[in-house]
Parts: sequence; C-alpha cells; structure tokens
Amino acid sequence: MTPSAPVAFPDIQWLQLAPIIVVLGAAAIEVLVEAFAPRTSRRSIQIGLTFAALIVAFAIIVINAGTFQLVVAGSAAVDGPALFLQGAVVLTALLVALLMMERKVDPSGDAFAARASAMPGSEDERQFTARGYLQTEIWPLFLFCTGGMMLFLSANDLLLMFIGLEIMSLPLYLLAGMARRRRLLSQEAAMKYFLLGAFSSAFFLYGAALIYGFAGTVSFGGIADAVVGQSQMSGLLLGGIVLLCVGMFFKVAAVPFHEWAPDVYQGSPTPVTAYMAAGVKVAAFGAFLRLMYVAFGGEAWEWRPAFWVVAILTFFVGAMIGLAQSDIKRMLAYSSIAHAGFLLLGVMAVTPDSLSASMFYLLTYAIATVGAFGIVMLIRDDSGETTSLDAWRGLGRTHPLLATAFTIFLLSFAGIPLTAGFIGKFTLFASSAAAGEGWLVLLAVIASAIAAFFYLRVVVIMFFSDPVGSGPSVATPSWATQTTIVVALIVTVVLGLFPQAVLNIADHADVFVR
Amino acid sequence: MNVYIPILTLAGLAALFACFSVTMATFTGPKRYNRAKYDAYECGIEPTPQPVGGGKFPVKYYLTAMMFIIFDIEIVFLYPWAVYFDSLGLFGFLAMLLFLVNLTIPYVYEWRRGGLDWD
Repeated sequence: MTPSAPVAFPDIQWLQLAPIIVVLGAAAIEVLVEAFAPRTSRRSIQIGLTFAALIVAFAIIVINAGTFQLVVAGSAAVDGPALFLQGAVVLTALLVALLMMERKVDPSGDAFAARASAMPGSEDERQFTARGYLQTEIWPLFLFCTGGMMLFLSANDLLLMFIGLEIMSLPLYLLAGMARRRRLLSQEAAMKYFLLGAFSSAFFLYGAALIYGFAGTVSFGGIADAVVGQSQMSGLLLGGIVLLCVGMFFKVAAVPFHEWAPDVYQGSPTPVTAYMAAGVKVAAFGAFLRLMYVAFGGEAWEWRPAFWVVAILTFFVGAMIGLAQSDIKRMLAYSSIAHAGFLLLGVMAVTPDSLSASMFYLLTYAIATVGAFGIVMLIRDDSGETTSLDAWRGLGRTHPLLATAFTIFLLSFAGIPLTAGFIGKFTLFASSAAAGEGWLVLLAVIASAIAAFFYLRVVVIMFFSDPVGSGPSVATPSWATQTTIVVALIVTVVLGLFPQAVLNIADHADVFVR
Repeated sequence: MNVYIPILTLAGLAALFACFSVTMATFTGPKRYNRAKYDAYECGIEPTPQPVGGGKFPVKYYLTAMMFIIFDIEIVFLYPWAVYFDSLGLFGFLAMLLFLVNLTIPYVYEWRRGGLDWD
C-alpha cells in the first residue's frame, strides 16, 4: 500500500447530465418526503414533485439539443439519439404519471394497493382500504425507474449500462406487484418479472465480462476499436455478444425470450403495464441500438444472421399468438412483442437512416401504447377492470367517442395510413430495405398484415357486435386520464398527417457519438 | 467456424458438469434423513405447509437484512476510499460525502417508518 500520485479526476458536465440528475434527485427527495411528511399531504407533495422534475428534465433536454459529446470520462454519451429518446421517455412518463394519478375510475382509490404489504383478502387489507390509505411510494419508485431509463439509453460503457438497466428494472418489479384489484395475479406477475429479469441481468453481466476479457475495456469506443483491430474472430467476442444480446432480447421481449411479457402485462396495474410497454421499450431499444451500432457495428455481418432468426420469430409469434387472445391486455402484450420484432430490423441495419426511423417508430409506438392502456383502465365491472374482450362488445354503440379513440390507436399499431404508426413503419421498412434487407422487409410486411387482422378484430367487436347484457360498463375518468388519452390521440393523428417536423428532428439526431 | 468450437466446448462442458454433479450427489452423498433435513431450508421461515389464510411471519428478518445491505455497501466502498484518501483528495472526499448522503436516505426512511422498533 504505497501512497500513489494524485489521481486525475474527470470533468463532470453538469448541464449535460442535468436531466438525469434532476429526475433521480427528485426521486431521492421523494423518499425523504415519505419519511417526514404527514400521511394526508404526501400524495399531493409527491405528485407536485414528480411533475416538476419531469417538466424541468424535459426543458433541460430541449436546451441541450444539438449537444454531441461524451461526458464523465466517456462513460455516458449526450448526443442526438440519447436526447431524442430521453425526451420520448420523459413525455411517456408524464402521460403515465397522469394515469397513475387517476382516482375516479375505481371507487376505492387509485390503481395501486392501499398497502402492498397487506395479505390479499385479509382483514388488514379491508381496513386499510376502508380508511382510504394510498401507497404513495409508487411516486419515488416511478421516478427512479424513469431516471434509470434515461441513464440506460445514454450509457456509453457496459458498466453504466448495467447500472441503468438495474435502476430501471428494480422499481418496475415492485410496481408490477402493487395492483389494487386481482392482487394475487399482480404478485405473480411481479415474481415472474423479478426472477426472469434477474436471470437475464446475469446473462448481460456475463456477456459484459467476456467482452471485457476480449477488449480490455468496457467503453463502447474501445470495444469498437478492438473489434476492428482484431486479426481473427475471437470466441470471447462472439460469446460476449451473444450473452449481451440475450439480456437485451429479454428486456425488449423478443422471441424466444418473450414468455414473461403476457403474464406480467396482464397482472400489473394498468398504468404500470403502460409504462412497461412504452417506456421500457423505448429505453431498452435506445440502449440496444447504441450497443450494436457503436460497440459491435464493425462486426454486423457476424451477428446479423442471428438477428434475422430472432426478428422473424418475434414478429410472427407476436402476430399469430396475438390472434388467439381473448384478453385485451394479453393481446396488447403480443402486439408489443410483434413491434419489438419490427424494431429489430432497425437494430440490425446499422445505418443512420434506420436509426432515425427506429427512434421515430419508438416515439409513435410509445405514445399510442400509453393512450390505449389509458382506455383499458376505463372498461370496468364491480371487481375492477374487465380485460376480457367480451366486455368490449358493442362499445362502439354505447360509447362511440371512446371506441373511436381506441380504434385510432389500434390502427396506428397496425400501421394504417393517416396514423403515426404508418409513417413509423414505412420509414423503418424503407430504411431497412435500403440497407439490403429486402426479403426480411417482405416477411415483416406479411407479419404486420397478420397483426392488422387482430387489431381489426377488436374494432369489429367494438362496432359490429351486440352488447352483452346491459353493454360494457365504462367508468368516467377524471381530467388526468382524459388528458392522457386526448394528448396521445392528438400526437398519433398529427404525427400521421404532418410527420415532417419530428422526422426532421430524428434525421438530425441520427449519429451516435463515440 | 473454428471460433465457435470453444463456445460449443464450453457449453458441452457446462452441461456435462451439471449432469455429473447432480448424478454423483445422488449416489455418493450421505443419506441421514431427519426432520430438519426434510425441510426446504434448515433455518428461517417455514415456507410450507402454510397455515390457513397464509398465516403471519415476522417481517423483521427482511428489515434487518435490508439494513445490513445499506451498511454493507457503505463499508465496501469506505475501506478502499480510506486507504487511498491522500491521492483521492478533495474530489474523492466530496464524492464519498455525496455517496454517504445518498445511503442515509433509505436509512432515514426505514427509521421514520418504524423499521427500527423491535416492539
């Protein structure tokens, strides 16, 4: 232990990192609010803090627009893709926070358990509910998750990426188990998500270790240099790529690592499901794109064949099994699996065009998803949400506005013209075809035609079948959920009619810094 | 193709090892069964059979374990920092201070929410 020379310390670019610091800092303050604020005022303080943090973070992201640099000694990147996708994550988070606020659709409170620790069906639980307790810890958990997503997609080395991944995932495991209704299903979802998520994290870590063994560094730039400079293929590199990809495939729910998605989506409280389907997808694909483009882009010919298989399996399995679903949340889960398959086209193309197309696709998909789940929250019976498709029969006759809104979201998922989803699919498929993946695009088009069929099946159920009994029972939401649905609707339609402004932003942000 | 051979070999070895150790354990392991041996865990909470309605079990296990993790992580980073305090200088000091503040937050939360009350 000899005293060594003073260590050189990195500059910390506070302004560039500010969006992440604001969100995570607010989350830490919210934990203190939980500790010190009286129970009655907690909820309003938490909601105020959450929205303030998200809005400030979004403002700083806008101010930082055009930044193109590595920060904190190269371990994080603040560049076009990072800022664009961080903006998408924060916007999604704002919409989801509005859904989490909703207290009017359920007579006994919000979508979360009064006390998540109370035994389901116990006397304790009944009393907590009767006293109107609310679990306000959801707000710090939600902000930690959001901060983790932002860190995950701007991480420029494997260590920080893993930390971002865990900060994102751990709060989600908890939130998944906190549903107010059908608590056993919710706890089952949390358990499955946690066990499989931890398992996939282990794959990711093992992969990171092998890559470190190969390149001697964890930074993406260093790995890219080592990949280009190698004289012959290394087993360490291949094994590392495979294991890292398994971890990422799990997070984006790509086949064959998708089995958790339907169960977890179905059991989780619906606002959390919306966040999983929208936010996690954006963050995970953001990180995945950076990993494959920056670190392993020079090696694309070696890993691309595996991606062909995974992508084809993913969009076909998502589309075909989605056809057979009778539960709306499970159907949307398979829809999100199919979308993951389409987005893999963007990951494997490794061109600037496909990067900007993927980012636009992610934005449109995330916003429409939150809107769709917002509507799912409203179709209820005495025991909570009725997610069975039978309960949606005749919705178009009894509640034409709501059914039309849901139809627009579904059409956007299906990629029908005049919706944002069409522009997203079109640009993504076009860029993929330009990158020389013509036959793969052909298969993707076939899969999206199959997927369109199951979206249209729901439209038919809503508009052209007779209501069962007294028809679907629809709760009247407060302004919060209404805002989410209306904003998501406007974005979906406007980006379908006039996409150019946002497409331009994505086009200007199509290069990763390295 | 040669580069794939080490990976396949590793996968084969892993499979072989798993099969070997499970098989060998059943043949060579001592079989002295008693009540404790039949339990899923030899200490801690009995996971099964559960009493009607799930029953109750002391949550203090988990609170203590969480507290242990908070301080454990603290110590893991404090020791190396203390050893290299001189060369880490002011930056290291401030970074460690920030780290300690962040670690105190969950501790304060647990304390205020009654995690330290041993009724």
